[in-house]
Order: sequence, then structure tokens, then C-alpha cells
Amino acid sequence: MRIVVCVKTNYDLQMVRVKGREPVLEALPYKVGDLEKNALEAALQLREGGLECTIVALTVAEANAKVKETMKEALALAADEAVVVNDPALAATDQAALAAAIAKAIEHTGGADLVLFGEGSTDNYSGLVGSRVAELLGLPQIGYARSIAVADGAVTVERSMDDMIETLQAPLPAAVTVVSEINEPRVATLMNIMKAGKKPLTELSLADLGLDAGAAAPQKAVLSNLAEEQDRKHIIIEGDAATAAAGLVDALVKEGVLGR
Amino acid sequence: MADILVYSDKPQVARELAFKGREFAAELGLGLSAAALGPESAAAAADLGGHGADRVFVSDDAALEGLPTDVVAEALAQIAQEAGAEYVLLGSTRRGKELAGRLAQKLGAGAVTDVNAMAVKDGALVGWRYALGGATVAEERIDTPVKLFAVMPKTFEVGAPQAGAGEVVTPALSLSPSRVTVGGRTPREGESVDLAAAPLILGVGRGFAKREDLDLGRELAAALGAELACTKSLADFEWLPEDRIVGLSGAKTKPDLYLSVGVSGQVQHTVGISQAKIIAAVNTDKEAPIFQLADYGIVGDLYQVVPALMEKLKSL
Ligand SMILES: Cc1cc2nc3c(=O)[nH]c(=O)nc-3n(C[C@H](O)[C@H](O)[C@H](O)COP(=O)(O)OP(=O)(O)OC[C@H]3O[C@@H](n4cnc5c(N)ncnc54)[C@H](O)[C@@H]3O)c2cc1C
Ligand SMILES: Nc1ncnc2c1ncn2[C@@H]1O[C@H](COP(=O)(O)O)[C@@H](O)[C@H]1O
Repeated sequence: MRIVVCVKTNYDLQMVRVKGREPVLEALPYKVGDLEKNALEAALQLREGGLECTIVALTVAEANAKVKETMKEALALAADEAVVVNDPALAATDQAALAAAIAKAIEHTGGADLVLFGEGSTDNYSGLVGSRVAELLGLPQIGYARSIAVADGAVTVERSMDDMIETLQAPLPAAVTVVSEINEPRVATLMNIMKAGKKPLTELSLADLGLDAGAAAPQKAVLSNLAEEQDRKHIIIEGDAATAAAGLVDALVKEGVLGR
Repeated sequence: MADILVYSDKPQVARELAFKGREFAAELGLGLSAAALGPESAAAAADLGGHGADRVFVSDDAALEGLPTDVVAEALAQIAQEAGAEYVLLGSTRRGKELAGRLAQKLGAGAVTDVNAMAVKDGALVGWRYALGGATVAEERIDTPVKLFAVMPKTFEVGAPQAGAGEVVTPALSLSPSRVTVGGRTPREGESVDLAAAPLILGVGRGFAKREDLDLGRELAAALGAELACTKSLADFEWLPEDRIVGLSGAKTKPDLYLSVGVSGQVQHTVGISQAKIIAAVNTDKEAPIFQLADYGIVGDLYQVVPALMEKLKSL
């Protein structure tokens, strides 16, 4: 069977600096999204558990000019092949257009028995794309998986909701999104990183998918995007543990937040 | 007349959406519809009418049993059509977020989830949400004919209900059963904690090497009179329950003091503490990002600093 893992590549958010409340996004390195690493690991563990499958990592590039490079990480971690939808029109898009491109790309490259997503992308965390793709492809969907089992043409998922743990089952093909507690993604070995460069990678434009550039137009406008104002003291209290601890408690008492 | 349509499977969240939705509807010159679905929909309908809905669409169609996402999305799409909804407001719970994508797709609607503030601007509703993992706050407007916002619980306050308001409508829905079947449901246990309201919070992270070591954190929390909170990593290990998570996928807190111990301070965590009056941090790594946000910091080993803090606190 074919498992397609939808991977978003995004800025390394630890590297985002804020200048006068504006985020500085130029020249930032890109990474495979955190939850998508969990999704890739989940696919790998299904295979290691005896499921015969091809694992495809699929991404829609957005503004990542080095997307093929970034996707080597997905290939090194788990995927047998990668599909990259890359088109200048996608540089500033939103979830509806991403979902449309993902759905078309899945149909275009051999379909999927199981489509895996993160419950949210590292930067947007909207949680919309998986659900939109499920609707577009007419798939049953199960969100927030903390364990996944595949047997007899069905996927059984234990999922983590706000107030309960649910066990749900859906016939394949199906769409499943994962939460971070599902597994601890392993780190790619040097050997696997070397092999990743030789694995097949298919690059597709929107036109290849039968979509025009208009299909990438966002449905939303971001009116402003600023960091919250922070005014912090940045005082490091020096000394050995006892001295520093005493200094901290004294400072907090003086601030009026302790010992009232 | 076009409408704002509100829905959440959580009665309290539905009330919040209806009560505030009423105000937005008045400002925009729209009507307010609500949907109440599933076996308990009749009781919910009266409640939502009392909280501001002009019309409540009620269905306990058998396919809605257990409120499966695909069927709820289909039901709401049909109701939105009948109500002539221009806006759909959902609760941004996990169930609500899952529903949002599926419903938005059916309605051809742009959607914004995790909205934590909303307002009318230039004749349209706009929503605020965290972006870039929590580093920034984005203000977003939706430009499709139907617009969907999923709003975080407790974003809006609920006022006193009024008796008798709200017309009950029974829509003729055409629904097929979900393809997803439920094998079991286990409520989450454990005491629930309201971190958003706590005045003193001790946040613990992976700097604690073993689960047992958290006792040290519990002792410090007790000595401080602080509520214990954690990073998502610790909840993922199940060392602490999920309602103790602070950050993007947890509580947004505003204590007088947030003391973090063994927390790196990645943006998805710090978004939940940026409203604290004072932030203090203990971490072995002087480069840890938490120090960028701290008022007071100790670069040191928690296994030494925490006992020393407790020793000093005894003298207060
Ligand atoms: C979509 C998404 C949503 C997320 N939502 C949240 C969220 O809501 N809340 C959240 O917390 N995280 C969230 N995360 C995860 C977040 O990105 C970080 O992974 C997490 O906050 C890190 O937890 P940590 O600080 O406990 O662990 P680490 O990052 O591993 O940091 C541990 C720290 O402990 C220090 N340390 C080690 N030993 C000691 C010692 N002996 N004494 C003192 N210090 C020590 C280290 O120097 C290090 O800085 C989210 C991630 C994603 C992708
Ligand atoms: N550009 C993209 N390419 C491939 N998959 C994506 C992309 N954006 C989002 N996804 C998938 O959809 C999930 C949810 O993303 P979001 O709706 O942005 O929170 C992610 O965890 C990915 O699995």
C-alpha cells in the first residue's frame, strides 16, 4: 500500500528575530515541520511493524527556494520517494490552495491508501490542511492520532482530544493527523542522509496538476503581523547556587510578586 | 437576510459564540443563527435562543449520534446554506478545528482557526491569532463570500440569558452515516487546573531528567504557593497531564510571577507566558532562549538551585 505523508517545510522558528516588532524572515534556514517528523516516523513504524508499504513524502513548496534540499531530510528519515509541488504562484498562498495542490498531487502520483498529516504545521498551526484534503479527496478522517494501527483494510486510531481519549476506526483510504506524543522521531543516520540523495524526487508545477496560478490565490488577507511588545529586565543573578537562589528570591520579593 | 451562524458541541463555548455573535450581528446588520446537533440538541436550542440566537437549527438525525466530524460538517454546510450564513463561528477545540477544515472546504470558505480576539473592522469581522509558532500575532480578514472563524474557548464572555428568545427551526437534512466508527471513549481523568487564572506559576521542562525528579518541582511549587505547569514535552511523556501545558497548544497565562525551571523557552512555549508580570528562569545553558524573555535568570543546575531556593524560601 501507499502511505503519503504531507510535509510542510518551514522556517527554523528558533532563528526568527524580531526587529521593532516586525519578524525578520530573510535568509532563514528551512526545516521539515516538527509534527510532520512525527508523521514520517509513524509511517516508518507501521512498516517496521510488518505493513508492506511505500512511503511518499509530499510537499507544496510555498516560498522555500531550497525545498528539494529540505526534503532530503524527509527522505533520510523515512520516505522512499518525494513529491514536490513547486510553483512561483505558491510563494504567498493559504491552506485552501495548499490543500487543493496536495489533493491533486496525490491523485496525480499514484493515489494513497493512507494520508498522514501533522495536527498542525510548525508555523501556522491552523490544523486546516489535513481536514481540507480529506474533504477534497472524499476520505474519512481521524485527527489527533496518538497511535495508529493498520489491518484488514482499515486504520484504527487512538486519538487525544481535549477531554477524552477516543478509539476510532475508518476504512482505507483514509486521512489521519498525528499529535507529537505519538512517537519520538529518530534522527537520520549519516548513512540514510547519503542514501536520501539517490531516492526519486518528482517535481510538479501547478500546470502539471491541471491547476492555474489563480488556484494559489489566498482567500485571506493578513492585515498585520507583529510581535507582542516585551519589556524585560534581563538580569542574570550570579554566584553559586545558594547565593544566586537567595538573590533571586530577594529580587522577587522586592518586585512584590513573592512573600506577600 | 444574511446571518452569522454559530456552533460548538461544547455548550459553554456555543453560549460564548452566541452571546458575542449577537453583538457582531447587530453591528453588521446581520441575523444570528445557531445550530444544535445530536441527541441533546433540544435543550441546547432553548439555551442558545436565550443567549442571543434569532433562530436555532436543531437536528437529532441518527447519523449525528456521537457527532462524527464528516457528518457534522455536512449538516452544518446544509444549515449554513439554509440560514444564508455569511459568517460561521465555531469553537477552536480539537473537535472544532477538525470540523473547521472540512466545513470550510464544503462552503468554499476561507477559514481562520485559534482566533483569540475578534472585532468588526470596515464592515467585516477580523480575527487575531498567533502566527510563526507564537512569535507574532496576525490580524486576518477573510475574503470569500462565506467566512469561517474558529474561536478559542473563553475568548468571549457570556452575559445573563434572556427567557423565551429564539425560533426553533428543524431543517430537512440529508445525511449519510459516518464512515468512521467509534471503538471506545475514555474521559481524561485527573484534577483540572485553571492555569490562565493562577497568580503564581512554576513551569517545569525537560531539564528534569527523570519523572521522579518532578517531586522536586512539586516541592518548590508548594513552597512558592505556585501552580505547577509544564512544557509540551513533559506532557508528551505523560509525566504531567495535558491541562498543565503552557503555550501555543496549552494555556495562555498571565501570572504575577512565572518561574521556569529547566525550560528552553522555545517560542511555542513562551507565547503562553508573555503576559506574565515577572518572568524568572533557571537553566544550565546561558544561551537558552528563555533568558531573552526573562526579567531574572540564574544560569545553573536545577538540582542545585531548586533546593537552594527552597532553603531560602523558608526564611520568608
Ligand atoms: C505546533 C507546535 C505546538 C507546540 N506547542 C507547545 C506548547 O503549547 N507548549 C510547549 O511548552 N511546547 C510546545 N511545543 C513544543 C516546543 O516547540 C518545545 O519543543 C518545548 O517547549 C520544549 O520543551 P522543554 O523546554 O521542556 O525541552 P527542551 O527544549 O529540551 O529544553 C530543556 C532545557 O532544560 C535545560 N536543562 C537541562 N538540564 C538542566 C538542569 N539540570 N538544570 C537546569 N536546566 C537544565 C536545557 O539547557 C534546555 O534549555 C509545540 C511545538 C509545535 C511544533
Ligand atoms: N505546504 C505544505 N505541503 C505539504 N503538507 C502541508 C503543507 N502545509 C501543511 N501541510 C500538512 O498539513 C498539516 C497541517 O498544517 P496547517 O493546516 O498549516 O496547520 C501539516 O502538519 C502538514 O502535514
